[in-house]
Amino acid sequence: MIRKEMIAMLLAGGQGSRLGVLTSEVAKPAVAFGGKYRIIDFPLSNCVNSGIDTVGVLTQYQPLRLNAHIGIGIPWDLDRNHGGVTVLPPYEKSDNSEWYTGTANAIYQNLNYIESYHPEYVLILSGDHIYKMNYEVMLDFHKENNADVTIAAMPVPWEEASRFGLVITDGNKQILEFEEKPENPRSNLASMGIYIFNWSVLREALVTMSEQSNCDFGKHIIPYCRENGRRLFAYEYNGYWKDVGTLGSYWEANMELIDLIPEFNLYEEYWKIYTKSDQIEPQYIAADAVTERCIIGEGTEIYGKVYGSVIGPGVMVGKNTVIRDSIIMQNTTIGDNVTISKSIIAENVAIGDNVELGIGEEADNKLNKSVYSFGIVTIGENSVVPSGVKVGKNTAISGETEAGDYPGGVLASGESIIKAGDII
Amino acid sequence: MKALGIILAGGNNSKMQELSNKRAIAAMPVGGSYRCIDFALSNMSNSHIPKVAVLTQYNARSLNEHLSSSKWWDFGRKQGGLYVFNPTVTSDNAWWYRGTADAMYRNIDFLKRSHEPYVIIAAGDCVYKMDYNKILEYHIEKKADITIVCKDMPVGDDVSRFGVVRMNEDSRIVEFEEKPMVAQSNTISAGIYVIRRRQLIEMLERCAEENRHDFVTDILIRYKNMKRIYGYKMEEYWSNIATVESYYKTNMDFLKPEVRRYFRAEPKIYSKVDDLPPAKYNVGSDVCNSLISSGCIINSKVENSILFKKAFVGKNCVIKNSIILNDVYIGDNTHIENCIVESRDTLRANTYFSGGDGIKVVYEHNERYVI
Repeated sequence: MIRKEMIAMLLAGGQGSRLGVLTSEVAKPAVAFGGKYRIIDFPLSNCVNSGIDTVGVLTQYQPLRLNAHIGIGIPWDLDRNHGGVTVLPPYEKSDNSEWYTGTANAIYQNLNYIESYHPEYVLILSGDHIYKMNYEVMLDFHKENNADVTIAAMPVPWEEASRFGLVITDGNKQILEFEEKPENPRSNLASMGIYIFNWSVLREALVTMSEQSNCDFGKHIIPYCRENGRRLFAYEYNGYWKDVGTLGSYWEANMELIDLIPEFNLYEEYWKIYTKSDQIEPQYIAADAVTERCIIGEGTEIYGKVYGSVIGPGVMVGKNTVIRDSIIMQNTTIGDNVTISKSIIAENVAIGDNVELGIGEEADNKLNKSVYSFGIVTIGENSVVPSGVKVGKNTAISGETEAGDYPGGVLASGESIIKAGDII
Repeated sequence: MKALGIILAGGNNSKMQELSNKRAIAAMPVGGSYRCIDFALSNMSNSHIPKVAVLTQYNARSLNEHLSSSKWWDFGRKQGGLYVFNPTVTSDNAWWYRGTADAMYRNIDFLKRSHEPYVIIAAGDCVYKMDYNKILEYHIEKKADITIVCKDMPVGDDVSRFGVVRMNEDSRIVEFEEKPMVAQSNTISAGIYVIRRRQLIEMLERCAEENRHDFVTDILIRYKNMKRIYGYKMEEYWSNIATVESYYKTNMDFLKPEVRRYFRAEPKIYSKVDDLPPAKYNVGSDVCNSLISSGCIINSKVENSILFKKAFVGKNCVIKNSIILNDVYIGDNTHIENCIVESRDTLRANTYFSGGDGIKVVYEHNERYVI
C-alpha cells in the first residue's frame, strides 16, 4: 500500500476575471510572471522544496495551457513512480455529474484520489499567489499543537485589515473566531487560503457538507470544523506573499522584482523556483540597446531601450523602441520606433512599428472600470496591434486588430477593443 | 531504427591550455547556454536515433555530471537510451582507451548486441547541426563502406590540426592525411562517419588483433584504397573548438545574428536545464552587442562579450571582447579584455586582465566572498 504523510491539493481552476483579457484564454495560475515563470510555479516549487512529492492539481477553467505546462511534472521533479503530479479535471459520474462548484466541492469530487495515497494530512493550496513557504515547518506546527486544522495567516497593516478575512487567536495561536472584512478589525492576522487538515477531519467535513451548494473552504468547511469543536490553529507567516488577483497588484508584484535587492528574491540558491522552459538560449543585447533596471528571459533579442521592465523569453524588441515600466510576456514581437509605457502585453502578441502605448491622461475604462484601471494598457495573448496607432491609458486590446479599429489612429484612454475570447 | 549513434568524447588537446584542466573538450560550455556535446546529442535525437553511446575518458567528471539525466535530449526511453561508457578494467584488459578504435572495440559487445544496420560516429567537440539521415541516405546511394562528412575550410585557414582529404569527381576519398605538415587541400574531415555496423565490428576486431588503436589512421587511412570511402560535403555551419583560439572564435560567432538564428531554429539544440532566474540588469548596466545567459546579474559595462550562466558583474567594471564561463563572480572596478574567464571563478575587485593581442585564459583561485 502506498502511504504518504501529506499530499497537496492545488486549486487551479479559477478564471481570475479581474485580470481581464490576460485570462480570457488561460486560467489564472497559467499566467506568466516574473520573466520566465507562471503563477502556478510558485506553489508547485514550494511543494517540492518542502518535500511534498504528491500533488493533485484541480483544473477547470481553460486548462489547455496549464496542462501543457505541467505535463508529467518533469520541471518540478514530480514525475514519480509513486505520487508525483496529477491533473484532476471535473469528470462524469454515473449520477450527479457536475462542474467543480466551489473550492471544497472540487476536493470532495476527488476523495478517491486522496484516499489512494492514505495520507495523514492534506495541504490545500491555491494557484494564484506569489510566495515562498516551507509547508514542512507549517506541518510541524500543526503536529506540535495537535491541531485538526491549521490555517496559514499573515499580519497585515492594521489600516488595511478590514479588506481581509481575519482570524482571532488566543496566546497559543488557537483560533477563537473569524471575521470576514470587518469594519473594526480586532486582529490583523489575515488568512492566506493555505490549510493543513487532518485527513480524517477533512474527509468527515466534506462528506457531511456534500449537499452544500458551492461548498467553499472559507465559507463552509472551516466554519463547520469550528462549530464542531475541532482544534483550529493559525500558523503565522512573515515572509513575502502577494495576491496577484488584479492587474494593479500583478503589475506591482512584477515591478518589485526589479529592485536592486528585491523583497522577493528569485536568486536564492536554496529555494529555487522551477518552471518549464522551452527556450534555453542566452539573450542578445544589441550594440545600440539599453537595458537598465530590468529582468529579461532567455532567447530574447533587444535592439531598443528597456527601462524598469520585466521581459519574458523569446521576445523581440525592435530598434529605437523604448519600453518603460512594462511587462512583456514570452514570444511577443515589438517593431521599431515603438514607445511603450506602463503596459502589460501577454504572450505571442505582435506590435507593429511606430506604435505608442500608454499616452495621454487617465480616464475610467468604459467596459469594466474595476478591472482596467491603475493607468495600465493591457493587451491579451495572440493579439495584433497594427503599425502607427496610439493607445491611451486604462485600455484593453484583445484579438487581431487592424488600423480601422482605431478611429483616427487612436484608441483613447478608457476605450477597449475586444475581438477575441470572452468579453470580460 | 536504422542507425545507432556513438559519440567520441574522450579527447583532450593541450592547445586548450588551462581550460582542459577542468573538463573534457566535449563538456566545454558553448554559445552561452550549451555544452559542446549537446550539439552531437541533439543532432542524434533530432535525427530519430534513439540509442546513443558516449565514450568518455579524459577528465569526464564534468561531462558525466552534464549527462546525469538523459531526459533533456529525449533519450529517457524504453527503446534506446543514452549509454555512457568509461574505460573499465576487465579480466583481459587493464588499459585506458588507447585510441578511438580501441575505445569502440572495448565496447564491442554493445555493437554486437545491437540490431541497427548502421552506426553514426560523431566527435563530441564540434559545433554544428545536422540531420544524420541525410548522410545515411547518401551512404546507401553511393554504396559506400564508410562515409566521412567533409567541410571546405576558407582558403588560408590553417588546417594542419585536422584530417585533410581529397576526393575524386565521384566524391570518393583518394587522399587522407591526418594533421599534415603541409596541407594539400582545404577540405577537412568533420569527424562524423557512417559505417555499417557489421563492417565496423569486423574492422575493429581486425585492428585489435593487429594491436592498432586509432580509427582515423588505422581504419580510415589504412583501408582508404581497399574500401569504398566516400566524402559528404557539408555546407552549413561547422566548427571545432579544440584550441583556445577556435573555442574563442566559435563562441564569438554566436554574436552574429545568422549563426544565432541558425542554431535557434527548429530542430533545436537541447541542453540540461538549470532552473536559473532571468538575467537582471541593475542601474549602471551598459550592455552592448553581447549574449547574456540566465541567472546573470549585471551592474556595469559589457561589450562584445558572452556571459554564460550565473555570472555576477559588479559596479564600474568593463568587460570587453571576453567570454565569462558559468558562475563567475566579478568584483567592482575590474577590467577584463580579450579574456576567457574560467567557470566558478571569483575575480577580486580592482583587478585588470587583458589578453593583449591574443586571448588570455583567466583562472584565479580566489575564495568566493559574496555577502
